[in-house]
Amino acid sequence: MRETRPITSAASRSSGPSNELGPLTPSSPIAPSSPPKLFPFLLGLADDRLVLGHRLSEWCGHGPILEEDIALANIALDLVGQATLLLNLAGKIEGKGRSEDALAYFRDGGEFRNLHIVELPKGDYAYTIVRQFLFDVYSYHVLEQLQKGAHRELAGIAAKGFKEVRYHVRHSSEWVVRMGDGTDESHARAQKALDDLWRFTPEMFRPDAVDIEMQEHGIGPDLTALKPQWDGVVREVMGRSTLVMPADSYMIGGGRNGKHTEFLGHMLAEMQIVARSHPGAEW
Amino acid sequence: MWRAAVTKNGCRQSREKVMEKQPAATTDEDLNAAFEARIANGETIEPKDWMPERYRTQLIRMMSQHAHSEIVGMLPEGNWITRAPSLRRKMTLLAKVQDEAGHGLYIYCGAETLGIDRAELVDQLLSGRAKYSSIFNYPTLTWADIGVIGWFVDGAAIVNQTVLAKASYGPYARAMIRICKEENFHKKQGYEIIATLARGTPAQKAMAQDAVNRWWWPSLMMLGPSDTDSPNTAELMRWRVKRKTNDELRQRFIDLTVPQAEAVGLTLPDPDLKLNPETNSYDFGPIDWEEFWAVVKGNGPCNRERLQARRDAHENGRWVREAAEAYASKQQRAAQSPAA
Ligand SMILES: [Fe+2]
Ligand SMILES: [Fe+2]
Ligand SMILES: [Fe+2]
Repeated sequence: MRETRPITSAASRSSGPSNELGPLTPSSPIAPSSPPKLFPFLLGLADDRLVLGHRLSEWCGHGPILEEDIALANIALDLVGQATLLLNLAGKIEGKGRSEDALAYFRDGGEFRNLHIVELPKGDYAYTIVRQFLFDVYSYHVLEQLQKGAHRELAGIAAKGFKEVRYHVRHSSEWVVRMGDGTDESHARAQKALDDLWRFTPEMFRPDAVDIEMQEHGIGPDLTALKPQWDGVVREVMGRSTLVMPADSYMIGGGRNGKHTEFLGHMLAEMQIVARSHPGAEW
Repeated sequence: MWRAAVTKNGCRQSREKVMEKQPAATTDEDLNAAFEARIANGETIEPKDWMPERYRTQLIRMMSQHAHSEIVGMLPEGNWITRAPSLRRKMTLLAKVQDEAGHGLYIYCGAETLGIDRAELVDQLLSGRAKYSSIFNYPTLTWADIGVIGWFVDGAAIVNQTVLAKASYGPYARAMIRICKEENFHKKQGYEIIATLARGTPAQKAMAQDAVNRWWWPSLMMLGPSDTDSPNTAELMRWRVKRKTNDELRQRFIDLTVPQAEAVGLTLPDPDLKLNPETNSYDFGPIDWEEFWAVVKGNGPCNRERLQARRDAHENGRWVREAAEAYASKQQRAAQSPAA
């Protein structure tokens, strides 16, 4: 058994998430020396966070306890903030003058590159939290690598996000444990969420051509190498939660190629409606 | 930033402070006289101090109504988080609604220093026994409503709360000082949304004007019934729980807001609105108090929906709260057992 850093422990807690965005510069073409697949790579990173942040924001005002309304809004803010920085960078890399808002509000579902797991409806609180935990641990390891990557601007965004995600992992893992080792009902709900979501997790670790090119350029992580680290953390938390790790099953996915579940279209219809009803307007 | 860092039960202020420092040999009349003298003297009343039962219940009523308003107020604005038209607006709206949750939490904690549980207060809200601000029973129909709510509703709240920051009860006054800082920020953001729409496309400007038209009168009503219909005012003013009458607050809000509307080229929907050169205040047309009382009594456009949304959240969250409690007591037992 390999050792894992106790990323879910209080010792790794950051000073807390931050909602502040650094100054965004207008999307203008920069030196075209970046590898061609950097743009879709950035979109994938950004869309994961934008879509999940949006799903979390659906809880605002409807959470199970006031403290969780506040905590989930915080995490949603961090994720949308990370997405904004990543989309801004993506727009610059693409060099066609698309701003972060143009990329968020004027792309159709087929152009979104997020993983399936983040676009699924929020479900009950167990579903939201278990999904969040599975993604947080993935995001933790991805950002940890990205912040050491060869692309300076991306590394900077990742470093800022990494500090935030340390808090996210702590929040979601604590709740997974509370639910798993809470009451019979909470245990059953958490186990069901885990069983339902498990088939969406292999997509996180299957590198496509974009990931491989990014890894070759020293920009992106080796996803296959992250899998055992993710496994270790998830296994440890499931142990404390008294939840049973499901067996690996057939992989569901395709989000990185723009092939999504039925749910994304509805989410985007809602998210984009005001912006698209007033093309060219400033807000 | 991590806004409302809270302890496990949500409250920083310890319930243990709720003890009455009651000298043994004094009568109620003596205590009452001493209390009134302290009030008259401008002193601040703290949780541990003796206070008349009626002062305590009036404060619980005011503080819990205020806290409920913050929480119910999350709903009309939360309605637009998923449709905010830019990433920046999405984040500021999410942060604003989150602030309101923090305000609610903070004021509930303040009310707990008066010897009542948050759970009991929430129960009063969900059962329909407690009131909250009438304004949140109106629907948010377009994105411009988000701007107008920040501008009018947070603006009216600031007018009210700036005065409450000098209230005689220490925990309430301190909560108001802290909360007002954030409400000012909300108002600025709301006004900025409206200013952007007002100089935008014709459709955006029309959207802004429509929202102003719908929210103006309810915002004036939000500051409460006219002084002639406000039976508690005299007593509350004597105790410095209230510092200004509803009509005074309303006039102040109008005087502040009219020039702001003019600055962005929007019209307030009141043909009688005009500057009175003698008072240097704006005269305004009659308020439809029938509408106000209908909304207060539960017959506004969204009363049922708002309460139902809070009840649903509470019911759907029951198993989550039970899980957290069960887990916490397991942990406590484990920590106490010598084997651990
Ligand atoms: Fe507030
Ligand atoms: Fe308020
Ligand atoms: Fe506010």
